[in-house]
Amino acid sequence: MRGLMKNKLLAFAAVFVVVQVVLALAAPWLGFQDPFKQIMVQRIKPPNAMNLLGTDQLGRDVLSRIIWGARTSLFTTSTAVGLALIAGGSIGLAAAFYRGWFDRIVMRLMDVLFAFPILLLAIGVIAVLGPNAWSAAIAIAIVYTPIFARLLRGPALVLCEAEYVLGARAVGASDVRIIFSHILPNLISVILVQTSILLSAAILVEASLSFLGLGAQPPTPSLGLMLSEGRNFLLLSPWPAVFAGIAILLLSFGFNLLGDALRDTLDPRLRDAEGARR
Amino acid sequence: MNTRFLIGRLIDLSFVLLGVSIVVFLMIRMIPGDAVAIMLGANTEITPDRIAELRDRLGLDDPMLVQYGHWLWGVLHGDLGTSIWTGRPVLGEISLAIWPTLELTALSVLVGAGLSVPIGAFMAQARGGAAEVTVRIGAIAGLTIPSFWLGIVSIFAVAKLLPGVSALGYVPFSENPIGNLQRMVLPVIALSLPMLANLSRLVRSAMLDALGQDYVRTARAKGASRRRVVYRHALRNALIPFITSVGVSVGYLLGGAIVVEQVFAIPGLGRLVLGAISERNYPLVQATILVITATFVLVNFAVDLLYAAIDPRVRN
Repeated sequence: MRGLMKNKLLAFAAVFVVVQVVLALAAPWLGFQDPFKQIMVQRIKPPNAMNLLGTDQLGRDVLSRIIWGARTSLFTTSTAVGLALIAGGSIGLAAAFYRGWFDRIVMRLMDVLFAFPILLLAIGVIAVLGPNAWSAAIAIAIVYTPIFARLLRGPALVLCEAEYVLGARAVGASDVRIIFSHILPNLISVILVQTSILLSAAILVEASLSFLGLGAQPPTPSLGLMLSEGRNFLLLSPWPAVFAGIAILLLSFGFNLLGDALRDTLDPRLRDAEGARR
Repeated sequence: MNTRFLIGRLIDLSFVLLGVSIVVFLMIRMIPGDAVAIMLGANTEITPDRIAELRDRLGLDDPMLVQYGHWLWGVLHGDLGTSIWTGRPVLGEISLAIWPTLELTALSVLVGAGLSVPIGAFMAQARGGAAEVTVRIGAIAGLTIPSFWLGIVSIFAVAKLLPGVSALGYVPFSENPIGNLQRMVLPVIALSLPMLANLSRLVRSAMLDALGQDYVRTARAKGASRRRVVYRHALRNALIPFITSVGVSVGYLLGGAIVVEQVFAIPGLGRLVLGAISERNYPLVQATILVITATFVLVNFAVDLLYAAIDPRVRN
């Protein structure tokens, strides 16, 4: 019964995420209005039949800007989390595999990056690189690298001592072969769970950065930017800001729920081991 | 607490602080192109003389190690650099802006951590399928609500419903305690909600774990009341993961405060660092990041010690 409930939750989360991702990816072909087209006579309109979620301060359709904004957000965050997974994952695995001074030095470096508050380090990186969507992606990637490194090093350390790994070593398998065909496959569930949770958090970080003017720049459709622009005419029309915020919430919520349900289904032992860090 | 444990932790602490200082130091040096021209470019004409003068002022012509040595020596003596625009020590601006940020963060920790214990303990009473799903969805929703959006929506709601109340800005507590706290209500709610959601869920599952342990059964068997078992035996053990999470959350709050300050027009470190970035006042950016991060590192050091004081297993 409990298992069934979990799988229902997992199915719900998966559908929820897939629908949003497909909507965002397929946006150009779904016949929404042009997110860049400004119709000055239709500025700041509440939701109506033509513009289901109303229009913004330049008369652009809020619904299509939200869907295109979700697209920007997903491109930026998946690039960032993907880069962090590759960099942090390699570091964590190599540290666990080679141990010794390499492990110590590399993980100390990760500790240093880990010592910065996430958003602050991201802001620092953007201060160096200049504000745009690419800098935001790189900043988030740098911030999440130590998280992946720490997260994969622990389980990898245990796996490196497993009988079959020692056996593979004994018959002369190369380091690369051991890492890729004996250790990595056993880490897939940790990786899936954590990637999903970190995507959820990255969506919030990306939205915060573009809200602060440090991410995607106008006129790129971006959920964080919509919020900060919508704030200026909040009393005239709260709609653009309200809907942009709900869109951020739904995106982030979906990935978090997916990660959470995956964690239960794939490995109950993982629960509560992590979760303090967003 | 034994000395070996303390010394080990102090060594870790100094490594991390040293590393943080190197990263922050390298920031200005990693700006692509000529950082000095970029810094000057914001609102003055660039002349070779001006560039040379600023390079000299920032000591950029010395070898890197010498530069770092100078800089670190200054930092350790309270010299965090001088503002490019005013020429005054940045420490002055930071020490003005730090109070609103500290107040906002501290109140959010108090509210987030304080409320999560009773809420989590209460939620631990609810078991079974429907309760599990509700708790989980509620916690995830709380965690993924963008705090700045919550802030904006709450400002809008207050403006519509309570037109006389000022929700924006900051007045020092010493000048007007009531006005100060009144303006802190919305920012603290916005900032602490994700932490509250996260910690309540953690307390709940730690409580459920603890309630299933042998010592709880023993306590019940020897006749301790249900209330006493929950608060005295189970909760106390549930506090151990809780305290670590509170420490980690401080980093989230210090980062989140930057955004929330921007929403509520609070003149704290967040606004300072954002203003400095748009003015390209890099020494100020550098110093603010250093101060905030050092605060976070020291808070976590304190949490580590506290953790060891509560749980004797950690010490050995």
